[in-house]
Amino acid sequence: MDKIISLKNINKIYGTYIKTQVLFDINLDIEKSSFSSIIGQSGSGKSTLLNITGTLDKPTSGDIIIDEINTKNMNKNQLSELRNQKLGFIFQFHYLLPEFTAYENVLMPYLIKNKPLTDKQKERAYYLLDMVGLSKVKNNPASRMSGGQQQRTAIARALFNNPPIILADEPTGNLDSDSSKTVFDMMRDINKEYGTTFLVITHDRRIADKTDRIIEIKDGKINLDLKNGGAE
Amino acid sequence: MKFSLKTAFRFLMSNKAQTFLIVLGIAVGISVQLFISVLIDSLQKNLIEKTIGNSPHITVTEMSGGSVENYNEIIDYTKKEADVSAYDIVTEGPFFVLSGSENISVLLRGISMKDSIYNIKEKIISGNIPENINEVIIGKDFSEKYNINTGDKINFLGFKGGLLRKSATVTGIFDFKVSNLNSTWILTNNITAYDFFGVSNPNKIEFQIKDIFNSDIYSENIKSNFSNTGIKVSEWKEQNSDLLSGLNGQSISSIMIQIFVIVAVALGIASVLIITVLQKSKQIGILKAMGLKNRQTSTIFIFEGLLLGFFGAVIGIAIGMFLLWGFSTFAVNPDKTPIVKLYFGYRYIIISSLVGILSSVISAIIPAGKSAKLDPVEVIRNG
Repeated sequence: MDKIISLKNINKIYGTYIKTQVLFDINLDIEKSSFSSIIGQSGSGKSTLLNITGTLDKPTSGDIIIDEINTKNMNKNQLSELRNQKLGFIFQFHYLLPEFTAYENVLMPYLIKNKPLTDKQKERAYYLLDMVGLSKVKNNPASRMSGGQQQRTAIARALFNNPPIILADEPTGNLDSDSSKTVFDMMRDINKEYGTTFLVITHDRRIADKTDRIIEIKDGKINLDLKNGGAE
Repeated sequence: MKFSLKTAFRFLMSNKAQTFLIVLGIAVGISVQLFISVLIDSLQKNLIEKTIGNSPHITVTEMSGGSVENYNEIIDYTKKEADVSAYDIVTEGPFFVLSGSENISVLLRGISMKDSIYNIKEKIISGNIPENINEVIIGKDFSEKYNINTGDKINFLGFKGGLLRKSATVTGIFDFKVSNLNSTWILTNNITAYDFFGVSNPNKIEFQIKDIFNSDIYSENIKSNFSNTGIKVSEWKEQNSDLLSGLNGQSISSIMIQIFVIVAVALGIASVLIITVLQKSKQIGILKAMGLKNRQTSTIFIFEGLLLGFFGAVIGIAIGMFLLWGFSTFAVNPDKTPIVKLYFGYRYIIISSLVGILSSVISAIIPAGKSAKLDPVEVIRNG
């Protein structure tokens, strides 16, 4: 199958005086339309790996190839464009912009492009909100929604520009078990229906078990990488 | 642009108390700036008006004190060169007034009684303008001191070649509100003055012009145009250099006050916006992760500055105009005339709005730069 993300010899060292190496020579390919999970203890480097994959952080050395584009020599503006088009992010804590409504938050990846808003975009925002089951609260300010609703809005937002890849850092880490299941099932459905590639950090073994591939990071290295036949 | 403006507005509205306070801060600063600039400018105009409103701006005399024979040419030329609002043909010289055993030294001045720069009609407090030969008007102080009134005849003693004895009738009393003039000037028409001094031409021409601050240029022009006729030209600025340097000092201190007020306002805006950048760092981090460019990020904060400046200026101008209204209504003399007559123009509103908006935008530059530098991964990692 095609590779949509390819990490080559990624090293990450923090600090200028006291150097701490967080990632050691990571090589990782992610297949298109796959649903992979990254697990590992806190401090193992899994979040750093995800941030580097998402071009939010720069590796000390190594190459990141996203959808056949090498990001090594791109400037900040080009990286911003790339993130806007190719990547959707879902984070554990930083859900939405509280100054905007759910609907506006979903439109945000489009709005920042400063292009005129047409009916097509409006319809897509309503469609996505409907898909995540939030039609009723679409005009609520983000600050007046429950954690589960906010995270579902964040998923709708990540999908808005139809990116081929979604990166999620503990998307269910802050939710109760019912909401967790809803959010996870939703991501799984999107993956199946639209073929969006998911790379999800989780510490919940039960969630990891339901993904196609489990990658365990330990002390900055890939400790375990197994295809999960048991996934539905 | 649209997105940045919208986001700036939402960010400001998300903390209404903070936004309100800083808008109020800008408004107070702008109102003080407007009030001071109008007040000081008006004060200066009043002072100039009082000082030279009833005195000549440009004076032409003969080098050795004799007659100015070509006075008509000089008047025509000056009228063509400058915007002359009034002029006087003056024949003046010293005389003694005999009152009992006293010889009182006076300055006898023949002027154009009807359309004189001295506005005689308004200065006369009793009696009439001296229209005929051997008629004069005297000052209020002179009249009181020597008990000379309208209708009285006074005798003059002068020296020109020999003793000159003249007499005239007092037709009125004037009040220039300046004690020195009221006690030493005796005014008459030019026919009487020609007769008293035995001349057939005036010895002085006095001009009032509209463009008072260019009096030195006009004076130079007259001087060079009539350089071969032996005339002497003086203007009010050289005679009032103390006043002018005083006014200049006042202008500088007024501008200094305005600058410091605006700097204080700008520092206030800058510090509030820097705090806003910190408050909104999560949002900025998310937006950057979604692909918001650094330039767009900084425009959000420039727009915040612009919005704050705009509303601050609008409210500030309203407060400033209210202050000015209050000042001209309540700071009045016993006769209800304002202590300082205010000269207000749209110019002041335009300047104050520009000052408010520009200073706000400039103070937003540092916060905007800070927001552009914000690394999304810092925000995401530190939660």
